[in-house]
Amino acid sequence: MIEVLAPLPVLLPLLGAAGALLVSGHPSFQRTLSTTVLTAVLAVSVVLLFVADAEGASSVSVGGWPVPLGIVLVVDRLSALMLVVASTVALGVLVFAVGQGAADGSEETPLSIFHPTFLVLVAGVSNAFLAGDLFNLYVGFEILLMASYVLLTLGGTAARIRGGITYIVVSLTSSLVFLAAIGLVYAATGTVNMAQLAVRLGELPEGTQVLLQSMLLIAFGIKAAVFPLSAWLPDSYPTAPAPVTAVFAGLLTKVGVYAIIRTQTLLFPGGALDDLLLWAALATMVVGILGAVAQSDLRRMLSFTLVSHIGYMVFGIALGTAAGLAGAVFYVAHHIAIQTTLFLVAGLVERQGGTTNVDRLGGLARRSPLLAVLFFVPAMNLAGIPPLSGFIGKLGLLQAGVAVGSAESLALVAGGVVTSLLTLLAVARVWTRAFWRSPNQSPAEDTAGAAAADATLRRRPGPPDGAGAFDGAESADGPARTALQDAWRRHTAVATASEPDLPPAAGAVRALRPLPRTMVGATAALVVLTVALTGLAGPLYGLADRAATDLLDRTPYVSSVFGEGEVP
Amino acid sequence: MTPTVVLPVMIGGLYAAGVYLLLDRSLTRVLLGFLLLGNATNLLVLSTGGPAGSAPILGYSEPEGFNDPLPQALILTAIVITFGVAAFLLAMIHRSWRLARNEAVGTDEEDRRVAARRALDADELDPDELAPDDRAAGHADSLHGDVEELADDIDLPAGSGSR
Repeated sequence: MIEVLAPLPVLLPLLGAAGALLVSGHPSFQRTLSTTVLTAVLAVSVVLLFVADAEGASSVSVGGWPVPLGIVLVVDRLSALMLVVASTVALGVLVFAVGQGAADGSEETPLSIFHPTFLVLVAGVSNAFLAGDLFNLYVGFEILLMASYVLLTLGGTAARIRGGITYIVVSLTSSLVFLAAIGLVYAATGTVNMAQLAVRLGELPEGTQVLLQSMLLIAFGIKAAVFPLSAWLPDSYPTAPAPVTAVFAGLLTKVGVYAIIRTQTLLFPGGALDDLLLWAALATMVVGILGAVAQSDLRRMLSFTLVSHIGYMVFGIALGTAAGLAGAVFYVAHHIAIQTTLFLVAGLVERQGGTTNVDRLGGLARRSPLLAVLFFVPAMNLAGIPPLSGFIGKLGLLQAGVAVGSAESLALVAGGVVTSLLTLLAVARVWTRAFWRSPNQSPAEDTAGAAAADATLRRRPGPPDGAGAFDGAESADGPARTALQDAWRRHTAVATASEPDLPPAAGAVRALRPLPRTMVGATAALVVLTVALTGLAGPLYGLADRAATDLLDRTPYVSSVFGEGEVP
Repeated sequence: MTPTVVLPVMIGGLYAAGVYLLLDRSLTRVLLGFLLLGNATNLLVLSTGGPAGSAPILGYSEPEGFNDPLPQALILTAIVITFGVAAFLLAMIHRSWRLARNEAVGTDEEDRRVAARRALDADELDPDELAPDDRAAGHADSLHGDVEELADDIDLPAGSGSR
């Protein structure tokens, strides 16, 4: 049965994307098609999870090629769990996007492009989770990245082009590092099959191992947004349409985390770079959350918390113990759901309040109590308030850190607690300003006035005339200076063109739009899911434990590809 | 077998030139840098196949003399991907040019706003207790004073004054 089911999470969305492209003239048919396809993917993933949990890891040779030659798809507990969570949030986001598209028309999110591209994205994510060899993992990454480039720049407004270029260039760099690493791995071992690599990499000289491992970790670290490689994320994510940001935040960075887990457990189990990863995790948590506290835009704040909480997962991986890995796996599942939900809520806040800038929002709790609840529950979950699943995940990680007991891991435990508190501070600030304060504490005229003043400031053309405005400007002669000023004008024009939350004219805020039921329904369903994760935490944590044991043992993965007792 | 020095030198040169171009603010140069880096990586993967041999076709030559075909297959895939991404980047550059007659990487304005905030801002003060003109919300007033300072460290599109 698994031979039939395992390729389906990749195949179904790809075929669905082709179908959705064919029927792009019929939006309602297209919506039905893509929703059906994602529901089917979810169903297949759930079956795969149950099979993988009952029978352990299993593999499929695509096309019937003998094992080290052909492409292998491997379904073990970790990849099946990732598939289930990913397809669940993808389905939720798709329903949200359908609701938004039905309400807005296709002005900001051209849906005829959106549906096929979204399905291709899901296919890429599934392929990355199932890939049994490094090059197929690379192809999975490329599929999802190509789709994400299109989704991030939907509509082609200036802000999205600017954010999109940062994202594309950074992603390309990481892909090239990954490809070069694959080349070097092949040169050193003569294979790219991960099960075979698990055996052969261990026989290499230590220096070669560290080189290959660090190249792979750099490539995946960029994708997962681990600090010093995380600066691209808060710069590019907030400009995209709400459902796109939500699915990116939920899935794309976690694919990077998944790849780091595989690198650290299956390929390089020695733990040579664990200390380095621990410090990177600490820096990711603390720097990320300090950035989040400083933001006044809800989406940017959420992007920074996303970076920060990647640190928790890397922490669990870097501990290298079964408890740490189990905590990391649980935290990945929890965080995919929670971060997606919060970005969807941010999309609703933008519709209801006209902006995501919390300094200009106010009184949302009174105006829309349902929205307030939808924000409050996942926000508290993100901060790790008991008894929600965020608390359980953090507690598991902190216990694992204390159990290891080294100085570094204790520093990480302290950093984790501080990060959790600062997360609470960041979301509480949003809550008190955007939701809790009464609307007349941030009257519409004042906020509109402030926005208009901002707008004139930003639209002010030309450089300031004072001396020393540019380096070397004083010594420049007339024409050169004019050219410099022209360059400056173009520069500011591209940087500031069509600020998304700018009001159309002074004194007028964007009209408040009612919240479409489909969008609220999809968000509410995901909020219920995040709460359900708390109720299901026992079985889920048990599953994460078993997955972590498998990961550290490695033989289930290798023998599922090569058969029991065979030496590859 | 004699190791060839040409490939490593080529790869190193392409990587150096590619990284240099990638760091430029002009998007066309970024694209060229990316193409150079892609080619450098492809050469790197090619060189992992070992010393040159005959074409890996059965019946065409002896299997012992074959070149390793797998890196070549990997490169083919990578070339297709690079080609697609380069086309997409070109479309983005075109779009950026249409929008603003400019093809430099833009500044993140919100980032600048947050960075330019004074120490005393909405985080320390309750903006609701201030007169509307003094409110940190939107930073309309505090930013007016900062504009000259801000301009100092904003990079111009590279070389626009000198070319």
